[in-house]
Amino acid sequence: MHDKTIRRRRLVLLGLIVGSLLLLTASFGGSAGGLGAIQRGVSTVLSPIQEGASRALKPVRDGVGSVGDTFDAKRENKQLRTDLAEARRVKVDGNALQQENAELRRMLDMNERAQIQDMGLVPARVIGRSPNVINQVIKINQGSADGVKPGQPVVTGRGLVGTVDVVGLNFAVVKLLTDADFGAGAKVSEGGITGVVVPSAGAPRELRMEYTEATDDVRKNNTLVTSGTSDPKFPSPFPPDLPIGQVSEVEDPGSDTQVIRVRPFVDVRDLNFVEVITKLDPSRS
Amino acid sequence: MFASSALVGRLALLGLLAVVLQVSAVSQLTIFDTNADVVPLVVAFVGLLSGSVTAAIFGFAAGLFIDTALVGTLGVSSLVYVAIGHGAGRLRELRDPQSSFVPLAVGAAASAGAAFGFALIQFLLGAEAAISFELIRQLVVATLVSTLLALPVYAGVRRALLPALPDDPRRRRRRAYTTGGLSPLSRR
Repeated sequence: MHDKTIRRRRLVLLGLIVGSLLLLTASFGGSAGGLGAIQRGVSTVLSPIQEGASRALKPVRDGVGSVGDTFDAKRENKQLRTDLAEARRVKVDGNALQQENAELRRMLDMNERAQIQDMGLVPARVIGRSPNVINQVIKINQGSADGVKPGQPVVTGRGLVGTVDVVGLNFAVVKLLTDADFGAGAKVSEGGITGVVVPSAGAPRELRMEYTEATDDVRKNNTLVTSGTSDPKFPSPFPPDLPIGQVSEVEDPGSDTQVIRVRPFVDVRDLNFVEVITKLDPSRS
Repeated sequence: MFASSALVGRLALLGLLAVVLQVSAVSQLTIFDTNADVVPLVVAFVGLLSGSVTAAIFGFAAGLFIDTALVGTLGVSSLVYVAIGHGAGRLRELRDPQSSFVPLAVGAAASAGAAFGFALIQFLLGAEAAISFELIRQLVVATLVSTLLALPVYAGVRRALLPALPDDPRRRRRRAYTTGGLSPLSRR
């Protein structure tokens, strides 16, 4: 009797492991196919429940979030003090050029925003998020019924958030720019140096710019934007000049091994609403 | 060895609640740049309370549900949660630890197993991420943050499952010595 129980337990465990591996093999590499269709169907049914739960639990999230905000506020306070000292120095120096530059940048930002507004922005609410450190995705409450398709860029008022990965009727899964598999063509807005922005695994507040050359002069506080399509054979999914982040550090500058660390403008850990760009004008990308 | 229908019903409800709560709320709460994961805790505590087979099946179903809800690669979460559920269940079956620190220790082990297990499987599946100090640090912090929730989650799971769990043999033994005048001591 005891042996039978052990045998049965081992058989169940083996069945579950084999089942998991079979599912993994069948669904690996994308959500197309029969299994993906079932998955999307179930997720379509679940989305309203998730949306309801997400809305209902927002006060709880905000309450708990305020505890974390206290720590962030301390760090931010320190940063702001440094910024204030820097701003005072600029004021004392009376560097009119810097102020003029800031004015022009603000104007440029406004122009950029106006261009995005023509691209069929679909606003969406974030209704779910993966707990996984490496596989960073969010789920939003707009899907194919609203014109959302895989590969479309997702933004907030601050800049690039990621791309649409999987789409269902009333939901879409967005791969964040901090996901291990994310990459986007980028350029330094001051100077036009191009490269590829990739995530820095385990650091949600940091990206890295790769494929730059030793002669490329990238400096701290340079702004990174999407480069758009440079070769029509390989069209970019992103329109040009979407803000990505600011260079926070350049390690070994001027060497072949220079590492450009970028602080993204968007805080992916704090997203409530996003916009999907559904109409990418090829003449502008 | 297999669960009663009352227990199955409670487990199904518990799994649904845990996954919806995780995906819709807990994952969106950031503490020290990371977030807690309550699902491995729930799976581990189901193992502690109802045994390895029940917990392994519960873990498989919970994993399938979470991968479906997020339209991720099916089987990844199931594989991790089956291991966690079975491990916690075997601990109960072989050692039956009674210390009040057990839920905390099991919660920490389950959280670490989930965080590092997911990372390992993602790497095996070809995730293009470098193993860096930041990644290890975030996995460790994620483990610690989840561990903080171990005791309240254990209390919740215990409260949810206890009415449907079969009687603990130890409790039955204790009752036999104290009731009904059957004890030789009570005949005096």
